[in-house]
Amino acid sequence: MGAGHAHRLYRHAHSPVHALPPHTKLAAAFAFVVVVVSTPRTAMWAFALYAVLLACVAHHARVPAGFLLKRLLIEVPFVAFAVLMPFVAEGERVGVLGLSLSVNGLWGAWNVLVKGTLGVATSVLLAATTELRALLLGLERLKLPPLLVQIASFMIRYGDVITDEMRRMRIARESRGFEARGVRHWGVLAKSAGALFIRSYERGERVHLAMVSRGYSPTTKRVGGAPSSMPVVDEVTASRAQWSHALALPLSALVVCLLGWAL
Amino acid sequence: MHVPDGFIDAPTSAVTAVVAAGALAVSLRGARREQGGTSRASEAERGGERTAPLAGLVAAFIFAVQMLNFPVAAGTSGHLLGGALAAILVGPCTGVLCVSVVLLMQGILFADGGLTALGVNITDMAIVTTVVAYAVFRGLLKILPRGRRSVTAAAFVAALLSVPAAAVAFTLLYAVGGTTDVAIGKVAGAMIGVHVLIGVGEAAITALTVGAVVAVRPDLVYGARGLRQGLKLRVNGALVDAPEPAAPVAARTSRRTLWISGLVTSLVLAGFVSFYASASPDGLEKVAHDQGIDTKTREHASAGSPLADYGVEDVSDARLSGGLAGVIGVGTTVVAGSAVFWAVRRRRTGAPAGAR
Amino acid sequence: MGPVTTAPASLEVSGLAFAYPDGHQALFGVDFSVARGERVALLGPNGAGKTTLVLHLNGILGGGTGTVTVAGLPVGKRHMAEIRRRVGIVFQDPDDQLFMPTVREDVAFGPAAAGLKGAELEARVRAALDRVGMAGFAERPPHHLSFGQRRRVAVATVLAMEPEILVLDEPSSNLDPASRRELADILRSLDVTVLMVTHDLPYALELCPRALILSDGTIAADGPTAGLLCDDALMRAHRLELPFGFDPRAATAG
Repeated sequence: MGAGHAHRLYRHAHSPVHALPPHTKLAAAFAFVVVVVSTPRTAMWAFALYAVLLACVAHHARVPAGFLLKRLLIEVPFVAFAVLMPFVAEGERVGVLGLSLSVNGLWGAWNVLVKGTLGVATSVLLAATTELRALLLGLERLKLPPLLVQIASFMIRYGDVITDEMRRMRIARESRGFEARGVRHWGVLAKSAGALFIRSYERGERVHLAMVSRGYSPTTKRVGGAPSSMPVVDEVTASRAQWSHALALPLSALVVCLLGWAL
Repeated sequence: MHVPDGFIDAPTSAVTAVVAAGALAVSLRGARREQGGTSRASEAERGGERTAPLAGLVAAFIFAVQMLNFPVAAGTSGHLLGGALAAILVGPCTGVLCVSVVLLMQGILFADGGLTALGVNITDMAIVTTVVAYAVFRGLLKILPRGRRSVTAAAFVAALLSVPAAAVAFTLLYAVGGTTDVAIGKVAGAMIGVHVLIGVGEAAITALTVGAVVAVRPDLVYGARGLRQGLKLRVNGALVDAPEPAAPVAARTSRRTLWISGLVTSLVLAGFVSFYASASPDGLEKVAHDQGIDTKTREHASAGSPLADYGVEDVSDARLSGGLAGVIGVGTTVVAGSAVFWAVRRRRTGAPAGAR
Repeated sequence: MGPVTTAPASLEVSGLAFAYPDGHQALFGVDFSVARGERVALLGPNGAGKTTLVLHLNGILGGGTGTVTVAGLPVGKRHMAEIRRRVGIVFQDPDDQLFMPTVREDVAFGPAAAGLKGAELEARVRAALDRVGMAGFAERPPHHLSFGQRRRVAVATVLAMEPEILVLDEPSSNLDPASRRELADILRSLDVTVLMVTHDLPYALELCPRALILSDGTIAADGPTAGLLCDDALMRAHRLELPFGFDPRAATAG
């Protein structure tokens, strides 16, 4: 968390992966991660194959390896955690280089590391090849409650605005010689947070007025729609071919997974 | 505390996903009621559909506030989780929605928290924190004397308990579906110990923030809406003491007073149990020691754990074990709280709709 | 340019009084009418009730006495959807107004809410963006635009609904001189009725032949903009001040 969120995640390019409808990609990414998570941890070769599959997708999407690897850094805390597992886990122990390690812990560490890494890589690829707006449309298409998608879309629309307000408030504080150094300054920070909340909430009220002024009327039920549905401006659709392209990833992963259980 | 893929096994992830989906469905309905209108909305707009813009903006606010690092001591800093803050400011249902949306976006966009672990993360960080915080908050407001200071104090306690409660929930999930068999005691020790400390920071910032909002726009603090009426009347009544405005307050919240007060008193009791527990930590410390949890290992585990990104790194042994003390009480709170919550909810839905 | 009297007035406000629920009264009987095709400035000091008045025009506020009629249709619960389509309000902060993820979707929001879809919707959006010169920015997220561009898109979002009357709340605030002029050109090129709420007196003079002064919740003056701005006593009485060095006599003579 923190600065990492400000990264520009989307990599603009024209590739077969970019061109896929967002909901197919979301479904594929999700299914792939589910398959990865359900693979037995002892089938090490299976994870290697998964990595190869992801590398193929990255290649097709023209996402350079460096970009992907840099984004993988987000899971560093878990790597550290995984490294500690062999020391703290229970069960029979083996001696490696004079250290007493738990066998179970080693497996656990491997499990968390490899599955976590594959999961993060999948998310990174998804975010790198799908625009924010398209992701939201995809989520809506995948039958996420419309209200939830609307909330997410407002959050993304106003995330920058509010972060910017927060930044301006910080600059204003610092311009007057304030620097948060310790617990004594929590009060000042909290006052800023309070002010930020009031601004955010009042902006929410103004946005609502603007919506109402343009005919957003929840009380009149739309035909076949939830009473709160926003007007549908864009409808994303996917052809059978696009679905099959997208689902090629989780399906091939599923084959690997089943082999992993069988062997 | 964002859990990655592979940390919790698939069946447990699936179950938590169902739990999260159910809670979201309840919250979606509840949020509409919560955002029905505030003082500035005109009569024409009261009860209108304001949930999407307001919850969206609050989610953006939570997202921004999570980036607001507050210095803890030289070199280290923590940041808010925001569940308690959201619950108190905009109500528990909207709070659940806001934090869930933040988590969803973090998972999909920033790979912060695994996709399959979304259920775990939402259950843990969105649902447990907000529900516990709000129940404790309302409960304390019921028994504390009316006034701004009580709001701040209640917010402090609510946030203080909400964070370790999430840690307890995580530990329970880990006990059920953890992929590594690290002794549950160690996990609990590391998670809860560190989170009691994080909870202190969270509590202080939450309380101060709520205090700041109450001072300027008390009508915006959802959790203190009943109180706002009381305050106003007191000002008009030329410094008359609080008890007088009790009648209009009761009238205003009568719809829910009945079941909330029942729920809340039990939660408050549970909350106090945890305080007494923390007042005499010796027993617990001893238990921890007898179990042979090597404090040094524990310290390292926490430093390298998912919590490391909350910046609590150099935790001293004494504080850590001291912090462990409140934990059992909090655990009771969670269990008792959720039991009462579900019981009451069932009774309410079973009751005829014409009750109001 | 005299008011055209054949068609019903675009906007007819009579005896409008309103108090907020907390007892603060903002409007004390407002009467005026705006004929179709007119451009009228609504001037007034801070706290005169300008925003309150604007929120009455499309029925967001209501419940006081008096009536508002838009092209012959009374503002009230019965025709609310139609009223909101006919009265296009451009709010002061374009960030409040542009709430959708892309410019195109934002412009499409109003017409889509009214039930338009498909090619018709696309055409409407393109036409509205063309009129404000922002057609090349349709796929951009609003927060990546400059402030002036955002204000123009905000105008487009309202134009897309083909309103009877365009109500602009402080349209020139925070704009640099070039953006200010561009917006003025756009507003002049439109053939809709315009009610412009502003403090910016030179801008009012430039765009609106007629002006109203709203002060203490009533219409204190109604007449040709140049005439009002030249009446020093009237201006002083209602806390309206011309910017340094600006002489309305010289500006209109040229």
